[in-house]
Amino acid sequence: MVTSKKITVWDVLRTVFLLLIIVSILYPFLYMISVSLSSNHHVVKNDITFYPKGLQFDVYKIVLRDDRILLAYKNTIIYTVAGTALSLFLTTIAGYALSKKNRLPFYNVINSMMIATMFFSGGMIPSYLTVVNVLGLYDNIWAVIVPSCIGTSNVIIMRTFFSQFPAEIEESGRIDGLNDVGVLWYLVLPTSTAILATMGLFYAVGQWNAFFTPLIYLKSQNKFPLQIILRQIVMRSQMEDNAILYSAGGNIIPEDSVKYATIFVATAPIIAVYPWLQKYFVKGVMIGSLKG
Amino acid sequence: MKASMAKKSGHGMVIPGRKIERNNLLLKLKDGKYLLLMVLPAFIYYILFKYIPMWGVLISFQRYSPFKGFYGSPWVGLQHYQIFFKSPFWWRCVRNTLLLSLYSILWSFPAPIIFALVLNEVKNLRFKKLVQTVSYMPHFLSTVVVVGLFYMFLSPNTGPVQKVIVAMGGEKSDLFAQARYFRTIYISSGIWQSTGWGAIIYLAALSNIDPTLYESATIDGASKFQQLKYITIPSIIPTIVIMLLLRLSHVLGVGFEKAFLLQNDANHETSDVLETFVYRTGISGGNYSYGTAIGLLTSVVNLCFLFIFNGISRKISETSLW
Repeated sequence: MVTSKKITVWDVLRTVFLLLIIVSILYPFLYMISVSLSSNHHVVKNDITFYPKGLQFDVYKIVLRDDRILLAYKNTIIYTVAGTALSLFLTTIAGYALSKKNRLPFYNVINSMMIATMFFSGGMIPSYLTVVNVLGLYDNIWAVIVPSCIGTSNVIIMRTFFSQFPAEIEESGRIDGLNDVGVLWYLVLPTSTAILATMGLFYAVGQWNAFFTPLIYLKSQNKFPLQIILRQIVMRSQMEDNAILYSAGGNIIPEDSVKYATIFVATAPIIAVYPWLQKYFVKGVMIGSLKG
Repeated sequence: MKASMAKKSGHGMVIPGRKIERNNLLLKLKDGKYLLLMVLPAFIYYILFKYIPMWGVLISFQRYSPFKGFYGSPWVGLQHYQIFFKSPFWWRCVRNTLLLSLYSILWSFPAPIIFALVLNEVKNLRFKKLVQTVSYMPHFLSTVVVVGLFYMFLSPNTGPVQKVIVAMGGEKSDLFAQARYFRTIYISSGIWQSTGWGAIIYLAALSNIDPTLYESATIDGASKFQQLKYITIPSIIPTIVIMLLLRLSHVLGVGFEKAFLLQNDANHETSDVLETFVYRTGISGGNYSYGTAIGLLTSVVNLCFLFIFNGISRKISETSLW
């Protein structure tokens, strides 16, 4: 028994390994924030390693006053709120109906039709043409919300969750004169807030981070969400926006500071809600993996 | 009461089968009309955004023009497929896609398994929780942010990685603009972003192992390594197989966003994958039929891979997706 309590070489190696992983994940954020908060002199000299040198906040004044970024921020918030609400609503009602295997007419047809899309899809171009030519939604903000508003795996998670709701309670609700909509609204949903939060966060993060859909469906600069603008500022400014010089209070602000600050501003909301994300998402993954 | 019910249904048997079915269906429709109403929006969604595009793959056999529409465009048979296989792009795209998939199965796939195995050994729960909390975080960042961070860190003038390279005696260079580093950047950024999150499923499998197995193994004098080999690994093999099958179901799909964002004029030789090629010719170039043809090839090959590997897996390990 004494030997098993001794700290072995493996214990040390394991701890070092895991600490290295933690550092490799956190350091980029530390560095990003440090550069964005350092004075121009130090950024240009490129001598920042672990903490801000010559603390200043000028770069955030630029970033938070940049019309492009503000408009993109507003757009992303609109798309995220509207998209999440729509997705959550559709996924909930569809998941609930599909959890009533024996009572939903055409259950097998609808269910197999949904599952099949997980294994085969028309592909990028036919989907694009459907949205653009058949539905006429090119450069329309609905095109970034509707075509991706239902995730099949999310419907399955909801279906699995609702199928565990005690049938007797639903039955008694029906005897008391509630129809299925009433049962869902008055009896099932009040006890399902955790799964609703999980789903809402799933969809909200997806919409906040969406890049591909706005890239192909939007054309007007004033409709672009944050991720598109972020790419323009961080990855393409060297090639295309050469003329843009950032300045505040008579000082020229280095491009790097602006880029890091923009990445940080675009990521801050995700980091702010991260504790909740982590808690609910892990639960969601577990429910989803029970009956894939 | 029961007897009369039985009699009724017994009586029904005499009536031609169809009528009973229709009556049952009407009853079911009446009982489930609200449920049907609730699933209706999703049904319409799947028709519009999944099944119309599936029908739309037929334009790969046409010379599709948006002005003539689906019904007015002329049919050209396999012309687009022939053009693709004669062009120099097909081998470059297929090679790049397959190599990226292969490297990701080789490096990115085992990473979460190893991480979970190591983390599972940690006895200090607070430390374990800390590692989990930190390692899940990159999963929630957008592809643009992850690629942006890598871009900044590797930047030839100011990137901190360049400082390390110089400190180790190397020379500064623009790693992003060199074709030979594309795959390394692609795979390592994937590992950075997904290892922690990917470990969740394995950690769950590990926590389901019956602890008495380890106790009796210890009593029998099994070493830590033997326990790993004979208890731990065999217990998570089914999970590994399922995850591998899911990964293999998109061998020809590496994810458009990352490849597209990491791509620039200088690294096309390694960064041009099927999905970016479809985007470039189809959406940017307006060559809809050609792009659709390549997309359809990709989907069909992926589906075949899935069926083949699922069949093999069912035979060998008795684990399969269906």
